[in-house]
Amino acid sequence: MSIDISQFHQVFFEESFEGLDLMESALLGLSQGSDDPELIHLIFRAAHSIKGGSGTFGFTAIASFTHVMETLLDEMREGERSVSKPALTLLLQSGDVLRDMLEAARDGREFDPDRAATMQAQLEGLLDGEVGRSPVSSQTEADSRSAWRIQFRPYPDLLKTGNDPVRMFRELAALGEMTVEVDTSAVPRAEVYDAETCYLAWTITLSGDISREQIDEIFEWVDGDCDLVVEALGARQESPLPQSADTPKAPAAAPLAGGSDEDRRSGDDRRKTDRRTTAAADTSIRVSINKIDEIINMVGELVITQSMLGQFGTEVEEFDSGMIEKLRDGLSQLERNTRDLQESVMRIRMLPISFSFNRFPRLVHDLSAKLGKKIDLKISGESTELDKTVMEKIGDPLVHLVRNSLDHGIEMPDERAAKGKPETGVVHLNAYHQGGHIIIEISDDGGGLPTDKILSKARQRGLVGEGETLSHEETLQLIFEPGFSTAETVSDVSGRGVGMDVVRRNIKDLGGSIEVRSERDQGSKFTIRLPLTLAILDGQLLKVSDEIFIIPLVSIVESLQIDVNKVNAIAGSVEMYRLRDDYVPIVRLYELFDLQPSNTSLQDALLVIVEHDGRKVGILVDELLGQQQVVIKSLETNFRRVAGLSGATILGDGMVALILDVGGLISMSNRGPASQPPRNRERAA
Amino acid sequence: MKAVQEEQEVITATTQIGMTDDNQYLTFMLAGEEYGVDILRVQEIKGWDKVTPIPNTPDYMQGVINLRGAIVPIVDLRSRFCMEKLEYGPTTVVIVLRVRGEDNECIMGIVVDAVSDVYNIQEEDLRQIQSNGNSLVAESVSSIATVQEKMVILLDIDHLLNSRELADINGALD
Repeated sequence: MSIDISQFHQVFFEESFEGLDLMESALLGLSQGSDDPELIHLIFRAAHSIKGGSGTFGFTAIASFTHVMETLLDEMREGERSVSKPALTLLLQSGDVLRDMLEAARDGREFDPDRAATMQAQLEGLLDGEVGRSPVSSQTEADSRSAWRIQFRPYPDLLKTGNDPVRMFRELAALGEMTVEVDTSAVPRAEVYDAETCYLAWTITLSGDISREQIDEIFEWVDGDCDLVVEALGARQESPLPQSADTPKAPAAAPLAGGSDEDRRSGDDRRKTDRRTTAAADTSIRVSINKIDEIINMVGELVITQSMLGQFGTEVEEFDSGMIEKLRDGLSQLERNTRDLQESVMRIRMLPISFSFNRFPRLVHDLSAKLGKKIDLKISGESTELDKTVMEKIGDPLVHLVRNSLDHGIEMPDERAAKGKPETGVVHLNAYHQGGHIIIEISDDGGGLPTDKILSKARQRGLVGEGETLSHEETLQLIFEPGFSTAETVSDVSGRGVGMDVVRRNIKDLGGSIEVRSERDQGSKFTIRLPLTLAILDGQLLKVSDEIFIIPLVSIVESLQIDVNKVNAIAGSVEMYRLRDDYVPIVRLYELFDLQPSNTSLQDALLVIVEHDGRKVGILVDELLGQQQVVIKSLETNFRRVAGLSGATILGDGMVALILDVGGLISMSNRGPASQPPRNRERAA
Repeated sequence: MKAVQEEQEVITATTQIGMTDDNQYLTFMLAGEEYGVDILRVQEIKGWDKVTPIPNTPDYMQGVINLRGAIVPIVDLRSRFCMEKLEYGPTTVVIVLRVRGEDNECIMGIVVDAVSDVYNIQEEDLRQIQSNGNSLVAESVSSIATVQEKMVILLDIDHLLNSRELADINGALD
């Protein structure tokens, strides 16, 4: 029997990344002066399981790298080494390297071995209490340090518990030089031999720089399933490593601090490119048992309702008014159950926003050190849930906004002191639900947006005319214009001027909006409003040429009956409708979609005014039907993307209806109707 | 680890041998000729029902249907092969197929005149066809077999339903 181990890889990577996140936040907690011993244990456990997993799956480079981290952490855990700032910095950097190694392993790419080796050498240097010592020299010395003899006699049932001695030996071999003698005396004759029973026993001699704990760890899983004797050979003491906690570690700080920023940045860059390449990879989601139980309960109720209604179909011969009453009750119960079930199923996709917020402590920690500012990050509402897809897409805009706050918002400590504010600035991340939306706020108590600079910059760029005066709010809106940046110097933190318009566009693409409020020297606050989920939308059903289409309600500005006097044709082709002070182009959907029109006159049709990205058009429709929530299904799953459509959904009668992509329609209408000749659209019914 | 990989290779090798031995094909009629597709690719056969047309797609793309919650595109095979149109009648069926793309598998339906039979066809009975320059035929007919004195045209559905569809995407959007 063999098992394809690669099927567990994804789980391993996910767990490892989770472990890394935990590790990182715990390390940050420690570096902010927390002395909670549980944090060290947490970091140790995360490193330990990454090491174990990578060993099992054959990622030996990762395993041996993590091993060094683990040794360091183990000493901290045992109190043999104090938790020093340089050690924490080094561990944070190692975490970055480890993340990159894992990502490389996941994508099947080669990882630059030098980077890992350098980092590993630094870690080992710290372990040995010296800096810059090459890994080679520590290995040559290690040989004389210790030797162990392990007598390992598993009970016959060991294999049935899923343990594999071979794997353990492989791990042992990774620790140092190993010689194994096997005792085959217990192996029976072939006819009574049971393949699932372990008859062998081993004597292992292991030499190298190995602590008792490392050996115990490997045998941890078989504890109770075997006789195990571990004895030290030679002069080696029980104390795992020669130096004690008071070994000077200070020298480690100097060379690290110099190289750290650059290292980290290159790590960041690499991570960015990785994200892009792995976007298509299969993803999974962890769901709390509570949510699943809830769904199981709902399904139970649904089954009860169904069987109740089923009785009407089979047992009831004649309907009287009483029966109809009962039937109605049953149906309304069914409706309630289905709705509840739908809600709970949707909730599976919901994750607390802390998944997205958790990256910010590290970001603030790194950036504030780099900028020389004192900044506290306050996070609240991190348990607010939102759809996984929305969360993934909002991550980058959030990073951008937080970086902006750190870089431009919060002032330097002396400047703050001069203004009579506390030296330490506060950036506040907050999230909460409001209606069917989630609101995310990023606020800071910094200098606020410099409206005068914004205005003069806008004048310079011709966005605002010379004589024009703008209100405070209108001026603030200008920062969302493309290519707008007031930063005097472009730093690598932010200020390239590609930012805020991209942020706004990303948020709009998600069907959300962003607002900004700012007061001079009081700070500024960005408020992002997002729909809770992308899988369901509120749609307006409408009819064009006997086909039903759906327009997302959020894009509809208004619907109106056409007043023919307000229609003008430009150059005889583009029809414009005068909407109060505005002119909006009329889009005839049947022309755009090449449908057999059932009605071409404007008089009998309705105009639905839709807006996308600040541009309005009026879509000509035959009839407005109802409004309903629809589940969005992708056309790409089995077909492909179609211009002007964002997807499809299934209506109550089982038919497919297409969902219009308002942005796509607007750009299609700009190009004029489809250029291909009209085709014969006979359809057998 | 290595042992695991080796064992897997052995397993895949044996399954391939098992498959090449004797293949089953579902055949259907189209303008008087019998065509066959690998039966393992057939998900289901269903009667013709109204579809929702997709705007600005090629003529042979009839539209999409709701197949138990999945949006499945339907291709009219007659118009795909540029044959004469035929009124859909009681024997008209949709064969729902699993089509392999470059990196994914998708579900598509083809409209044919009628389903015919299921044949076991040996590998050695397959004949490669001489391409007559018509690229669509060359691409989508994998081979021809003779079954009970009849000619059966075996289709490579991955080519038939994928290459052009996907090639159209870029053309249609840009």
